[in-house]
Amino acid sequence: MTTPATTPTGAATAARPHAARTPSVLGLGVARTRIELREFFRERDSMVFTFAFPVIMLFIFGAVFSGDIGGGVSFTQYFTAGMIASGIALSSFQSLAIGIAVERDDGALKRLRGTPMPPAAYFLGKIGLVLVTSVVQTAVLLAVGRVFYGLDLPTSGDLWLRFAWIFVLGTAAGTVVGIAYSSVPRSSRSAGAVVSPVVIVLQFISGVFFVYSELPGWMQNVGAVFPLKWLAQGMRSVFLPEGFASQETGGTWALGQTALVLAAWTVVGLLLALRTFRWQRRDAG
Amino acid sequence: MATTPATTPATTPGQARDTHAVRVRDLRKSYGDKHAVDGLDLDIERGEVFALLGPNGAGKTTTVEILEGYRHRDGGEVEVLGADPASAGRTWRSRIGIVLQTSNENAELTVEEMVRHFALYYPGSRDPDEVIAAVGLEEKRRARMRALSGGQRRRLDVALGIVGNPELLFLDEPTTGFDPQARRDFWDLVRSLRSDGTTILLTTHYLDEAEQLADRVAVIASGRIVALDTPERLGGRMAHRARVRWEEDGVVHEESTDAPTPLVVELARRFGGEVPGLQVVRPSLEDVYLSLIGDVEDAAAELARSTR
Repeated sequence: MTTPATTPTGAATAARPHAARTPSVLGLGVARTRIELREFFRERDSMVFTFAFPVIMLFIFGAVFSGDIGGGVSFTQYFTAGMIASGIALSSFQSLAIGIAVERDDGALKRLRGTPMPPAAYFLGKIGLVLVTSVVQTAVLLAVGRVFYGLDLPTSGDLWLRFAWIFVLGTAAGTVVGIAYSSVPRSSRSAGAVVSPVVIVLQFISGVFFVYSELPGWMQNVGAVFPLKWLAQGMRSVFLPEGFASQETGGTWALGQTALVLAAWTVVGLLLALRTFRWQRRDAG
Repeated sequence: MATTPATTPATTPGQARDTHAVRVRDLRKSYGDKHAVDGLDLDIERGEVFALLGPNGAGKTTTVEILEGYRHRDGGEVEVLGADPASAGRTWRSRIGIVLQTSNENAELTVEEMVRHFALYYPGSRDPDEVIAAVGLEEKRRARMRALSGGQRRRLDVALGIVGNPELLFLDEPTTGFDPQARRDFWDLVRSLRSDGTTILLTTHYLDEAEQLADRVAVIASGRIVALDTPERLGGRMAHRARVRWEEDGVVHEESTDAPTPLVVELARRFGGEVPGLQVVRPSLEDVYLSLIGDVEDAAAELARSTR
């Protein structure tokens, strides 16, 4: 047995008056980010799969489909751009939707709600986690694509800028929609089964596993409702030759529309997340 | 025994606000057509350990969670540290500490990291090292949360509940699953918190725990307080008749009496000294509790029959 409880008198009396220096939301957001990251990198199995899954898919598809798809672009190049988009969806939408559902189910959220931690700090922590993991995820995919599949990294500042806003908007949309979707699974046990198929199905109809322009029209229309299609197309506009734009469905990269759709999902997702977020399980009154 | 200064000290109405940590009037909460809390009144003084007893489904958890700000009430007045929990903000939350009933968190964080991190949330937090020592987890400070035993985890729960140096601490069935030594250590911890001036609202199923720790005990049944007093006097326990038992001619005799002493004296005289198998039994807190709960259930059953 450990030592019996000793009296914490000294500390208690010294600190009793609750001073006005309430910890700042931003400071706590940073502290939350640190804690979230520490936890993420310690959960080694989940971390390895999150990072390795897109890479493994890249290797499999790269080995099976090696032909050109027109415009001087190979399928592996096309697929790499799509996988970068998928990686963002995985580390934002999927990891948050599952992670928060588990925290809600095991009581971690309820405990946090009982402290003076401002809710904004919790969400800042999640955003920080998603930003760091998405950047790492993307960097790994870029390196693998560059080394194995001759992916051309952008050479102009303009293209990097385009990459940056598409990355940020895609991450933002995935984050808020992931927070909102975390309320759908009824328990932590069902979370994986309820969340994972969403990204898998979207990958088929959004131009990741298959070339988008070769999908049946109705499937294209369904895919175009969701952000992953636009995120993938945006990534192609960054990493594929400019001339490939003519192979896209509309004959252009449709960047304006991409920005609009991703921004709309971000706003709708945010409103939904704010309205539906719960700190307790559904069965708790 | 009767000298414990646990009953409500007389206060003028003007002072009442300052001396009460919790004040509840006519609290109501229904789920569908079930009245979980049905007109409950409650006053908890600052600095006291107050135990709330009651069977599952009596409205205990609902009441406590309304006080903690987790649930909204349907009606009645609630004041916790002078504020309404339904609308109170961060400053209020930094003055209370909550140890919830269940948590199955499997965090990869260590005891020390958790306590240090939670300390950041509060403006006037305790020294995390002293808190870890106070709950007896010094040897486990570098252990990850998922590697802790049930009792160690519960002590971490308590550490996280008190690291903010709360004026009012909610302990919801804190020692469930503890071994006897761990329970005694935990009781010492609660006593030391009390001596620091922390007000404690304890819900428990263990009557000996309430008897050990509480200044006052309330029994809740069917959404109301059905009895409220010091553990010694609950349900008019002192006034309850004692049962005197002894053996005579190989038969156990038992007599209920308000005055056991003359009977014992009389027996002693009759036996000329030692009375074989002598016992004087007062109802235990458990007896009192069970009879209180039983009365309420009987009354409820009666009501159900008569209204049918």
